[in-house]
Amino acid sequence: MDDIDLARRGLRQSATYDPATIHAIQRAAETGIYDIRGGGAKKRVPNFDDLLFLGATLSRYPLEGYRERCGTDVVLGGRHGAFPLHLDIPVTIAGMSFGALSGRAKEALGRGASEAGTSTTTGDGGMTPEERGQSKHLVYQYLPSRYGMNPDDLRKADAIEIGIGQGAKPGGGGMLLGQKISERVAGMRTLPMGIDQRSASRHPDWCGPDDLAIKMGELRELTGGEKPIYVKMGASRTYYDVKLAVNAGADVVVVDGMQGGTAAAQDCFIEHVGIPTLAAVPQAVQALQELGVHRKPDGVQLIVSGGIRSGADVAKALALGADAVAIGTAAMIALGDNDPRLEDEYRAIGSSAGYYDDYQDGRDPSGIATQDEELASRFDPIEGGRRLANYLRVLTMEAQTIARACGKAHVTHLEPEDLVALTVEAAAMARVPLAGTTWVPGTPVGM
Amino acid sequence: MDAMTETKVRELDLSETTLRAVNSLLQGRSVEGVDPLEAGESVVIRHARGAHAVAVGMDDPRRVVIQGSVGYFAAGMNQQAEVVIEGSAGVGVAENMMSGIVRVLGNASQSAGATAHGGLLIIKGDAGARCGISMKGVDIVVGGSIGHMSAFMAQAGRLVVRGDAGDALGDSIYEARIYVRGAVKSLGADCVAKEMRPEHVAELEELLTAAGFDDDPHEYTRYGSARKLYNFNVDNHSAY
Repeated sequence: MDDIDLARRGLRQSATYDPATIHAIQRAAETGIYDIRGGGAKKRVPNFDDLLFLGATLSRYPLEGYRERCGTDVVLGGRHGAFPLHLDIPVTIAGMSFGALSGRAKEALGRGASEAGTSTTTGDGGMTPEERGQSKHLVYQYLPSRYGMNPDDLRKADAIEIGIGQGAKPGGGGMLLGQKISERVAGMRTLPMGIDQRSASRHPDWCGPDDLAIKMGELRELTGGEKPIYVKMGASRTYYDVKLAVNAGADVVVVDGMQGGTAAAQDCFIEHVGIPTLAAVPQAVQALQELGVHRKPDGVQLIVSGGIRSGADVAKALALGADAVAIGTAAMIALGDNDPRLEDEYRAIGSSAGYYDDYQDGRDPSGIATQDEELASRFDPIEGGRRLANYLRVLTMEAQTIARACGKAHVTHLEPEDLVALTVEAAAMARVPLAGTTWVPGTPVGM
Repeated sequence: MDAMTETKVRELDLSETTLRAVNSLLQGRSVEGVDPLEAGESVVIRHARGAHAVAVGMDDPRRVVIQGSVGYFAAGMNQQAEVVIEGSAGVGVAENMMSGIVRVLGNASQSAGATAHGGLLIIKGDAGARCGISMKGVDIVVGGSIGHMSAFMAQAGRLVVRGDAGDALGDSIYEARIYVRGAVKSLGADCVAKEMRPEHVAELEELLTAAGFDDDPHEYTRYGSARKLYNFNVDNHSAY
């Protein structure tokens, strides 16, 4: 029955109690537990789609689309004398754990990233040999749980990312339900098989920015100062958090907006805690600029994640001041997650291709977000890696296309002046004018 | 190791040598103008003066004596080495230790032995809050008392306390075992007192002996996980 039929019968849907809300109340009443799912915020929030580029016309000079070079390489993490990462493209792979993902999926991420000349990142649960082996540039996440954390793996990494939080759940810890605590995952995390594993939300041996500086000192002592140190945070009080991270000694800051995905969290947490990526980027850039470290040779680089889907998103993030972006959900889709060819199987577990987000339950038909051996064996890491590399190339070419149209010889030359906003909200968050006007609404934080 | 090698001792003075140079030597990295340490050569670190991250990341069966007190993360992530701190230790001593022995002759601040996977941490005096937090296989023996939230989310290993324990001992504990001789102010969620069976008396005696104490193990109470929170159950909501 469609909306017109309902309206003709005099039935009116409540905007407050819509069918999804009613279902959520009924589900809570039946089960007595909150809804846990994967992915990022599903609600519509101001995002990169609300920005447009001002292509070159008479007042700006474009680059020839298929002839003139537009650089895409980035260097990350050299501020304190570490060996920086030299990446060919400004798109990196975000941290996703072995445990949340299968070993084959992690291998595919490494393969795809390496083929495209970029980095991938471990996650909660430690470093797997297949991931290290296939990743030319591997960032090792140093997380509150320290599951599987050991000094040998820290030294094998090309950079260290201290995880403070993630965009899907700033202030929250991790969660890996018992269905995915296989023998190998349990062994790596020193946990009993089959338990519902909850990772701490705070680091066990430091708290606050002053301690963080000392922790970074320890990690630099451990690695002889060779590894760049990233600090990753969920977007919330981003302006202040970035300043604290930089003052503590971060080489790279990673800001993850609320559209960024997770393997498992409470739906109410994902949807109601944190701020959109669009609102976080200018805050982070402002903080870096005020500290004099934004886009400087010995500066601090900014990686932005949370809802990056296309080369246009990449270009817009860079134009707002990011040095690179990171992708997680989009990388999983590129590998084969939510593939419509698996529609029957998604339906069999109560979902549908394009809607599947129950990464926590370990029954992912694509074989990506699972520890079930039969499901995982369906996934071909070589084919998955090839698909990811293709996708990364497309993102890069799309960003180059836009950069050339704006007259830029390097994608990081894009700037806020190249952007306008379609909505007042986006204009205020991104701090660019509403299209057709010179109006930038709002007062930036810290002003 | 022969007798000649055993007696060889290198003195490193943190008032004259940088921390990076000291740690690099201990980790087997080359340091310009300084001879590398020989196999089995012991080290004495002078003038620690509360420095952070002293003797972190060693991976060598070497004895290191630190004269004075140290700051945060002393002997962090240690592998194989025996580190003696002739003073007190700041936050996170022997954090994430993998193996070896770390001995603190004074007191230790909070998060002693945090997340450590193996080895033996001995604290002669008291330890602060969160001692053994998220421990993953280490053995910790504390001569005095420990602070609140100790052994929080402790996954594996053994924590021995000759004195008292503060609030919320063993909150959300997994498979670690805790032995306390004195009073426990309160137990955390899912942590319960358990029977001292002969195998527990035996392992406790072994731990006390290894740490240089000769207490009667029968004076201790064992604590561990009730395993009721291993899988989420809404009926346990009030425990979280």
